Amino acid sequence: MRRVLVANRGEIAVRVIRAAHAAGLETVAVYSDADAEGRWVQLAGSAVHIGKSAAAKSYLNSAALVEAARETGADAVHPGYGFLSERPGAVKEFTDAGLTFVGPSVSTIETMGDKAAAREAARRADVPIVPGSGPVGDVDEALVAADDVGYPVLLKAAAGGGGRGIRPVASREELVDALPAAQAEARAAFSDDTVYLERAIDGARHIEVQILADHAGNVVHTYERDCSVQRRRQKLIEEAPAPGLSAETRADINEAAVRLARQVGYVGAGTVEFLLTPSGEFFFIEMNTRIQVEHPISEAVTGVDLVSEQLRIAAGQPISFSQDDVRIRGAAVELRINAEDPDNGFRPTPGDLSRLDLPGGPGVRVDTGFVAGDRISPFYDSMIAKLICSGPDRDTALARGRQALTELRVEGVPTTVSMHRRLLDEPDLRAGAVHTRWLEELLPDPT
Amino acid sequence: MTTIKAQMPGVFYRRPAPEKPAYVDDGESISEGQTIALIEVMKTFNEVKADASGTVAEFLVEDGDEVDVGQDIVRLGEA
Repeated sequence: MRRVLVANRGEIAVRVIRAAHAAGLETVAVYSDADAEGRWVQLAGSAVHIGKSAAAKSYLNSAALVEAARETGADAVHPGYGFLSERPGAVKEFTDAGLTFVGPSVSTIETMGDKAAAREAARRADVPIVPGSGPVGDVDEALVAADDVGYPVLLKAAAGGGGRGIRPVASREELVDALPAAQAEARAAFSDDTVYLERAIDGARHIEVQILADHAGNVVHTYERDCSVQRRRQKLIEEAPAPGLSAETRADINEAAVRLARQVGYVGAGTVEFLLTPSGEFFFIEMNTRIQVEHPISEAVTGVDLVSEQLRIAAGQPISFSQDDVRIRGAAVELRINAEDPDNGFRPTPGDLSRLDLPGGPGVRVDTGFVAGDRISPFYDSMIAKLICSGPDRDTALARGRQALTELRVEGVPTTVSMHRRLLDEPDLRAGAVHTRWLEELLPDPT
Repeated sequence: MTTIKAQMPGVFYRRPAPEKPAYVDDGESISEGQTIALIEVMKTFNEVKADASGTVAEFLVEDGDEVDVGQDIVRLGEA
């Protein structure tokens, strides 16, 4: 591996280019019409225009990316996150073209991208999954299944998704009426009346474990992150380590993630996501087979450079450390600064970034793909920058976060900065007592 | 000439989902407030509603095209 094509844009493209150059690798950036002036375009060794601004015509166009790699003599592709990073078809095109893909194999991406196959892999690895049933055809079957799963349950349409086709049921009495209604709804909405049951979990936290696995079969974790501060399933604040976890739960959840990675023969960096209930039970949700937006908080508390490990692993080298070398030192929080208007239902706010003064000082890292004068394009996601604030303990990390928000000046577009200022002072957040519905309850959608 | 203009910049779509039929076809009559297209802005989809009634004479942008604020997207004929 000598020259890496970075098949992404913005801050993650900058992050990958930095890691590649530090490892002595050459880089090729790609850009759409809207991104010709992008910071990553300037930082890379060379850059190739791959198409129009709409992502479907540029960053999602695998043929254009393969051609860009061929043109520039790149021998590897780093997908970043989003875009093509978890699309098995595109990854197969890259590898068929003789390129090294910085990520797991096509079959691993396929397995973990299929909800049923991923649950089955977790079950085999002895990793707990949300208790649920198979399809239930009639009320008698549903009652038996629900006793097994435990109330309250959710009745879910098999063909549903993204939060649609879900009906909460508190008791046996309710289930008798709810089942036919759910089946009718499912038939109307999805032309398929198959429904199944899942345990309803209230007040759960989103805990995810960062893992790395190499071709020699070494699998390690770099501990967990708590990403419970979410809005419409979009993470806004993440922390490492998860606050208030017992040593036992921490060990169990991290080991469970490693078991699952081993079970599927994982290679590369990945994240295993769990729900952690108030009673301390945890359940596997899904695995992300790529680097994640919030990876820097794990780097901040462990000292591991996750992107450089990705590159090592892709080049066939072993992970540069062993599990015993990894310790949590202090705490870190990531604040996502998005071009969204928190006073206006988080409406996306593309526009011209007239000013961008970044914070600094000990324990403050800023990852961004923008400089003042850039345009925040309507074509891509709304993230302007990530503030990663760390310290010897959680209180210091949060205090540095508050100071960083005071120093940060973003002008030209409304952003989530004001929301972060408010959230860092919320007693629940200070106490580490938030769950995945917390932010939506605190800041309900305008109706 | 009456036109319907884009209210925001983004990617223009004539159908609610790739496998679904178009909201409206050329020649069809539409009424004020009717959803006629989507514009995707930063991965969120926003409905484009007709701000006038009439007959769709022609769409001035193609499915998947980039549009800017104020750009004409539909030309209307007589109602």
